[in-house]
Parts: sequence; structure tokens; C-alpha cells
Amino acid sequence: MAAMTREETEALIQEVLEVYPEKAKKDRAKHLAINDQSLEKSNKCITSNRKSLPGVMTIRGCAYAGSKGVVWGPIKDMIHISHGPVGCGQYSRAGRRNYYVGTTGVNTFGTMNFTSDFTEKDIVFGGDKKLAKCIDEIETLFPLNKGISIQSECPIGLIGDDIEAVSKVKHKEHGKTIVPVRCEGFRGVSQSLGHHIANDAIRDWVLENRDGDDSFPTTPYDVAVIGDYNIGGDAWASRTLLEEMGLRVVAQWSGDGTIAEIEKTPKVKLNLIHCYRSMNYIARHMEEKYSIPWIEYNFFGPTKIAESLRRIAEHFDDTIKEGAERVIARYKAEYDAVIAKYKPRLEGKRVMLYIGGLRPRHVIGAYEDLGMEVVGTGYEFGHNDDYDRTIKEMGNATLLYDDVTGYEFEEFVKKVQPDLVGSGIKEKYIFQKMGVPFRQMHSWDYSGPYHGYDGFAIFARDMDMTINNPCWKSFKAPWKTEATESEPVKAVA
Amino acid sequence: MAKLRQCAIYGKGGIGKSTTTQNLVAGLAELGKKVMIVGCDPKADSTRLILHAKAQNSIMQMAADAGSVEDLELEDVLKVGYRDIKCVESGGPEPGVGCAGRGVITAINFLEEEGAYDENLDFVFYDVLGDVVCGGFAMPIRENKAQEIYIVCSGEMMAMYAANNIAKGIVKYANSGGVRLAGLICNSRQTAREDELIMELARKMGTHMIHFVPRDNVVQRAEIRRMTVIEYEPEAKQAQEYRDLANKIINNTNLVIPTPITMDELEDLLMEFGVMEEVDESVVGITAAAEATA
Repeated sequence: MAAMTREETEALIQEVLEVYPEKAKKDRAKHLAINDQSLEKSNKCITSNRKSLPGVMTIRGCAYAGSKGVVWGPIKDMIHISHGPVGCGQYSRAGRRNYYVGTTGVNTFGTMNFTSDFTEKDIVFGGDKKLAKCIDEIETLFPLNKGISIQSECPIGLIGDDIEAVSKVKHKEHGKTIVPVRCEGFRGVSQSLGHHIANDAIRDWVLENRDGDDSFPTTPYDVAVIGDYNIGGDAWASRTLLEEMGLRVVAQWSGDGTIAEIEKTPKVKLNLIHCYRSMNYIARHMEEKYSIPWIEYNFFGPTKIAESLRRIAEHFDDTIKEGAERVIARYKAEYDAVIAKYKPRLEGKRVMLYIGGLRPRHVIGAYEDLGMEVVGTGYEFGHNDDYDRTIKEMGNATLLYDDVTGYEFEEFVKKVQPDLVGSGIKEKYIFQKMGVPFRQMHSWDYSGPYHGYDGFAIFARDMDMTINNPCWKSFKAPWKTEATESEPVKAVA
Repeated sequence: MAKLRQCAIYGKGGIGKSTTTQNLVAGLAELGKKVMIVGCDPKADSTRLILHAKAQNSIMQMAADAGSVEDLELEDVLKVGYRDIKCVESGGPEPGVGCAGRGVITAINFLEEEGAYDENLDFVFYDVLGDVVCGGFAMPIRENKAQEIYIVCSGEMMAMYAANNIAKGIVKYANSGGVRLAGLICNSRQTAREDELIMELARKMGTHMIHFVPRDNVVQRAEIRRMTVIEYEPEAKQAQEYRDLANKIINNTNLVIPTPITMDELEDLLMEFGVMEEVDESVVGITAAAEATA
């Protein structure tokens, strides 16, 4: 199918909106847009970060998910208490594939679930005493923890527990950092507010811990990697490149990260932001308070990697600038070989994405390196500054969909007929059953890393083995002829 | 056996709900009725005059001590007092922590599951804290619970405000369930023309003043002995008042969906009876200093 014109895309959006009742149609129309590269600001075409309508099957999460699941959870040497009833912690346990090094249960705790396991009596009488006891038990059973965060579930905010007071008392008693986080799930319209609340908690309870302490020896090449959650090892594949070009990575936020790294971050020379959505808040704060500049970078695919390495190097002296060129040159043969191998198999394939924080725009370059085209993209919980950054990455007249509904996404895919859909576990089986090749782009479908040059090779292989999988040829039952087929199955690859 | 009647007593805090409820329940018991009182207030003082106790062990407190509500047995929390009146207290947290409303919900669920509402009962009375501050304190008037609401009030302005507000809450549940306003009980504060005022308020709200309970020091004397007047001094005039109230409740068929009045109507009524001065709009928001310079 050829690229759609602006008029065709507009007609598609109108057709999909048609089934909605008037009020829903009016609301959803604001969240669907046709990309126009000439625009500088996305608020001209799309609305985002608004409350989802009931019944639309949104795939958004909650503030607790944003704080515990995304920002705090990966800090590996802290224990994160899911404070409230057991379900939130248990059903989100170890689900995000944030890899880390350490001995789980001894000095790292990433895949474990700690919860205060609220029951009726804790709701009625308040949970502060139980929380205090929880913290004491953690200190006894896991003495090598480097700190504790308290991730509030909904009831904490409803019954007005004073978790800040408990944190202060227990900090005095045990001498460790204890952070109360007010990330009750009912706050905000998506997990996005949870990211912000989590950033604020780091700012208020952790970041100042080493202010006025110069004992940490710094270098002119110190940087922090912010907003890389090391999914399938992403941060490791990124970190090696930065180190090879001569930088010293002082901290990883927060994949495979430690609280000590976070405390040392105000000493760095430059903050490097990968997931802008979830951690721009703390980068802005450090810029304001510690005068640390920050830049966004993109380590998906060789084109964006090279651009990013050079842009990072511009903030440093010639050694680093040369280092960046050296790194790009060193991996050239490798990524050229990847492109030579996979591009012929993937050239011209069209992709539709619907993902979370940074990937709806960051992975576009990697697909383009393989000769593929992203024809539709959208954010679960993005804000307009995310769409501002997306407009130039996407082709003209491509589809943008914010907080897309289950119905809209299915209809768009049916009409646009992409060769690949990249989204999450909730979408995966719907599209596979429709006969559309699918990759999970939150968890990398249990693969990865996808960041860096190492990750690009894996990314290319995964896309190829999904799109060109022979199973799609067997999708039509052999006894069904064209004549008996009510709806022709799309021919794939 | 007649059908079990479930009644809830609401009213402004400190108006005398617990005292009135226990005295009237004692009156019902004297008439041979089988009654249970369910205290729905974290203070747990709804049954002390019947049990001659300081404060009964509450369901929530005992559940907390035992580990969970599931660990409790009915006989642990259900006490029997004067003339076989059954008493339970929901209990709840100390002020400022936790969720007392959830305590009421948990306690009532427990009583239902454990079969506290046995078929020999004629009446259950829920004595509910102050105002209906959240959903938990509306639990007693939800479906299949109390069908009759009595509001205790007096001729004081705030008591009447509260009564009208509670009626608004009843309307909400009356439309979705079977709950009805059964009348206002005037617990006299000896304000001027108090009986006429409450009768007029009741009329405007679509209900009736079921009884005017005069003020009498014997109530306090009985309270000091942790007894109802009916038990302490059965011949007292006040004891007869409570018996009258009990009788009126037994025979009460005046159950309505209330018609709460607007703020303006209430203020007009208060001005008519001289409880409130007419507001001079020209002085609203003017400080004393500004008035002095004017």
C-alpha cells in the first residue's frame, strides 16, 4: 500500500470517529492528528495528557505504576515497599525486565516484592504503625539494603496516613535514607504524574544528601545517564559507548542504579536524558539548582547514535570529540554488516507504533536505518512536549494518536495495513490473531538490549524474524479458497 | 413474629443521640420488644447505659487485637444488658488516623455474616456519629439495613441545619433504596417556642415531630450511674416521656421521602421564630475597623 495522502488520512480518522457518540467523538477527535512537519508546536494539531474516557479500553497505568514501576523500582540496592494492599506490588513484581547485577535478597532487591499487605484493620486504624514495623523487619532481615522507599497505594491517601513522619523517625533510628512517595494510584490521569511525583521525591529526600561533601573525586568527563531503565540490558549497551568515547558514567538512573549513584549525580558535568518523559523534571531541577546542563539523546539505530554521540561530545573538549568519532568508526563495519544483512529483507516495510515514554519517537530512526517506515505512532501518556519532538521525526500525513482506544487502534491497523505493529502485551494477541506481525516494544518481547550498536543488531534480527516469519504464510486455512473467504486475509511478506 | 424493624438515629454531634436512643430502647424493652443497639461511632458510647459499662469492647478493636475480623466470634462482641437488650459497638480509630467510616462498614458486614440479626429481634437501632461525613457513616441506611431514620434535633440553629443536611442524605438513599425519614425527635434545649419551631421544620421537610422530649436533670443523674432513666427511676416523669416516644415509634407509620428545604427557607423560618436576626446585607464583609471609620 502506498503512503497515504493527507486527505486519505483525514478521511480515515473521520471514518473511525464516526461510530462514537457525539461527546466521545468530540473528545477523541482532539487526540487524533495527521502529522505535518511544517508545524513547530504540536498543540496546533493534538491534545494530550487528558483524562481517558470510560469504556475506551485505554492501556494507561496509574501514578503508583509510574513511581514504583518505572522510576524507583529499578534502584537495585534500595527496598521499595508497596504500601497498601498486596495486589499492586505482587502483580507488578519483576514485570519490567530491568536487569541488574547483584545478589538478589542480599545486596540487591529488584525482582522481589515488599508490601505492607493492608487488611481491614489497617484501613480502619491507620497503617503507620505497621509501616514502622515493616521498616524494622526489613532492617533485620535485609541489613545490606541502602535505603527504603515507601510507594503509596491508593488507600494511603484516602485514610491520611502520615508516612512522612514515619520516614523521619525511622531515618533517625536506622540512619538510612527512607523516602515517602505520595504516588497514590488515583492521582492524575496516567502513570505520567507518578513519574513527576517520583522525581520530586528524589529531589526532596535524596538529591541533597551529599551537598557540601567534596570527598567524591570528580573528573571533567563525568556524566549521568538519566531515564534508561536497562530493559533487557539497554543501559549497559549505552554505557559502553559513552565510556569508550572517554566519558565517565557516574550514575545510571535508574536501571541497574544505586542510591549512591543518585546521590553523586549533582557532581556531574552533564546530564544525558534518554527517557525525557519520565525524568525531565529532575534534569531541569539539577540545571536550576546545580547549574548542570542536560541534553536529550537517542541510542536507537546507528544514525541516531552517531548524531547523539556527536551532540554529547560538543559539550566537552577535543579528546571527547575525537572519542565520539573513534567510537562511530570502530562500530561502522559492524552496523554496516547488520544493515547489509537485514535491509534487503525489511526495505519498504511499514510500521505502526503505540508505546510509552520515549520510544514512539526514538525508535523511528532505527527502523529507517533498516529501510522501514513508521506510518503511525502515539503515546500512552505523553504530553505535548513529546508530540513537539515527534512531528519532525514522522513523515507528512502519517497518523498520530494519543491515548489511543482499543477500537481506534484496531481500525487504524485494519485500514493502514502495516507490516508490523509495535506495542505492548495487551495489544499483542489482538494483532497477531488479525494476522499482523507484532513486537512488544515495552519489554522488547523478552529480548534486547535494543540500545546502542550491540542493541541495533538484536533489534534488526528481531524485526526480521517477526515480519519474515514463515508462520504468516500459513495464516489462511488450506481448505479455504478465495471464493469461500468472506474477508480476504492480507498477504504478508 | 412481626418483621424486624431497623432504625437509624442521626443528628448533630452532642445533641443527645446516644442518651435518647438508649432510653427509648429501654422503653421498648419494657414493652416486651426484643432490641439490639449497634453503635456506629468510634467513641463507642452508644451502649454504656444499657450495659452499665464505661465503654463496650468494639468489633474493630477486638478484630485488631485478634489479628483480623475473620478471627472474631459473635459472642466476643455481642453483649446483653438491661432487659436482654443486645449491644454491639462498631468502634474505630482514635481521632486523626485511619478510616472510621470503613470501620462501620466492616462491623456491619461482620454482624450480618455472623447472624447477629436473628429472627427473634423486633428492632435494631443504629446510633450513628454526628453528621454523615462519608459513605461509611451512610452504611446503616443503605439497602437492606435501616428503613426508618429518626433525626434528633433541638430548637438551636445548628441542630436544625444538621437535621436538614441529613435529610438531604436520606433523599439520595431513599431514591435508590427503601429508606425513609420517620420523624424528628426534639430533644429540648429549652429555647423559645421550641416545639412549634420543630413542628414547623418537620412540616416543611414533609415529616412530623414524633415526640418532644423535655429537658430534665434526672437524665444526668441516671447517666452518672450509667443507667437509663427508665431503669434508674421508673416512676420519673421523664421515664414516661421515653415510654411515650417508644410507643409512638412502635405505632409510627409516617415514613416519607423527605423534602429538605433550601438555606433561604431555613433562614426565613429561623427569623420567623426569632432564632436568627435578619441579615443586613450592607454590613457583610465589613471589618470593625472599617465600620469605625465609616
